[in-house]
Amino acid sequence: MVNKPHDVAGISVSEIDLEENQYETWEKQIDALLVLLSGEKKLMRVDELRRGIESLGVNAYNELSYYERWIASISKILVEKNILSQTEIDNRIRKLRADGDLQ
Amino acid sequence: MSRLPDGARVQVKSRLVETHTRVPMYIQGKTGVIERCCGPYRNPETLAYGKDGLPKEFLYRVRFFQSELWEDYKGNSSDTADVEIYHHWLSLESEC
Amino acid sequence: MPHDHHHGPSIDPTRLARYQNLAKAVTELLIEKNIISSDEIDDAIKGMDERGPALGARMVARAWSNSHYKESMLSDGSAAAEALGIPVDGTKLVVVENTEKVHNLVVCTLCSCYPRNILGLPPRWYKSTPYRARAIKEPRKVLKEFGTIIPESVSVRVHDSTADMRYMVLPARPTNTAEWNEERLRELVTRDSMIGAEAAITPGDQE
Repeated sequence: MVNKPHDVAGISVSEIDLEENQYETWEKQIDALLVLLSGEKKLMRVDELRRGIESLGVNAYNELSYYERWIASISKILVEKNILSQTEIDNRIRKLRADGDLQ
Repeated sequence: MSRLPDGARVQVKSRLVETHTRVPMYIQGKTGVIERCCGPYRNPETLAYGKDGLPKEFLYRVRFFQSELWEDYKGNSSDTADVEIYHHWLSLESEC
Repeated sequence: MPHDHHHGPSIDPTRLARYQNLAKAVTELLIEKNIISSDEIDDAIKGMDERGPALGARMVARAWSNSHYKESMLSDGSAAAEALGIPVDGTKLVVVENTEKVHNLVVCTLCSCYPRNILGLPPRWYKSTPYRARAIKEPRKVLKEFGTIIPESVSVRVHDSTADMRYMVLPARPTNTAEWNEERLRELVTRDSMIGAEAAITPGDQE
């Protein structure tokens, strides 16, 4: 039986990297988004965040860093709930990229 | 749904679930002992899809011997693992 | 099926830029729609930064000094935190005690559940696939990598945070601290000792 990508107990892996790196601002901002959306705003639940992460697919799950997975899931859940639309997210990313290229 | 008593021997059901669940593979089909009931909680298997997670279910901490979880367990025979499991995943050993 | 991760997920700059843009787009849109405000994000980050192992250390030092407090902490961790003015925001905290017979270690094999209200954000290793995969299956070996040798006479108990409880370890009180007050004792309580990855600091062992 093949485990789901997040169900990692007992799989064969490399050594544990014990290096202590502080969290960067972009990571904390993504964390804060979830804290707000799942906490006082009650717009999504941590259970939904997890389900979104688990449905990223095995390659994305293994390749993405922790908060990259989070924002991928958060945006997916927000679209699912019609809080944001995929089109407006895509358009905004395009604009951000264009603005970045101008700098 | 009556609450399972502390100390009861329980078996974790073994199911292929494609949807969201908080029951990892390594305890499915395994037998352990109820360490304590944590109380009634909403079901994450429906909460994860935007539902209300009701009715609430009893959540238990179930204690397993590590040597029964892993064929090649290299620690001590008295080593254990405690895992939280919702009621609908458990059956009393006598009913297994 | 086993698969090898020779390296944990790494940061690829091109990909990172893509996800940072996604985060920025989502955040901007939520702000424009008045769903959240940038002040709320700043406050949430501030709240995050205020939580940290010092809070757990206060609880541990109190438990070492006061047996009534220790009993209450072992029966209801959340209430014991709140008794010291540490808000837990609904978290169900379970405190497990290291004794001469049992050494406890906490992991979340499915994601990264951690008592953030008491210990702050988890260290990166706690959320990594290697720790999650191995702490449950070979805890003694993992503990050894943290420099923690558990004698044969002591059982290792791993707690997998799969649902609504969050776990904190009450480490054993170090020897030679009989005369120490709570404030001094707090200094001996490390973050990793409250995850169970190591013992509390024994005075005299400090480098």
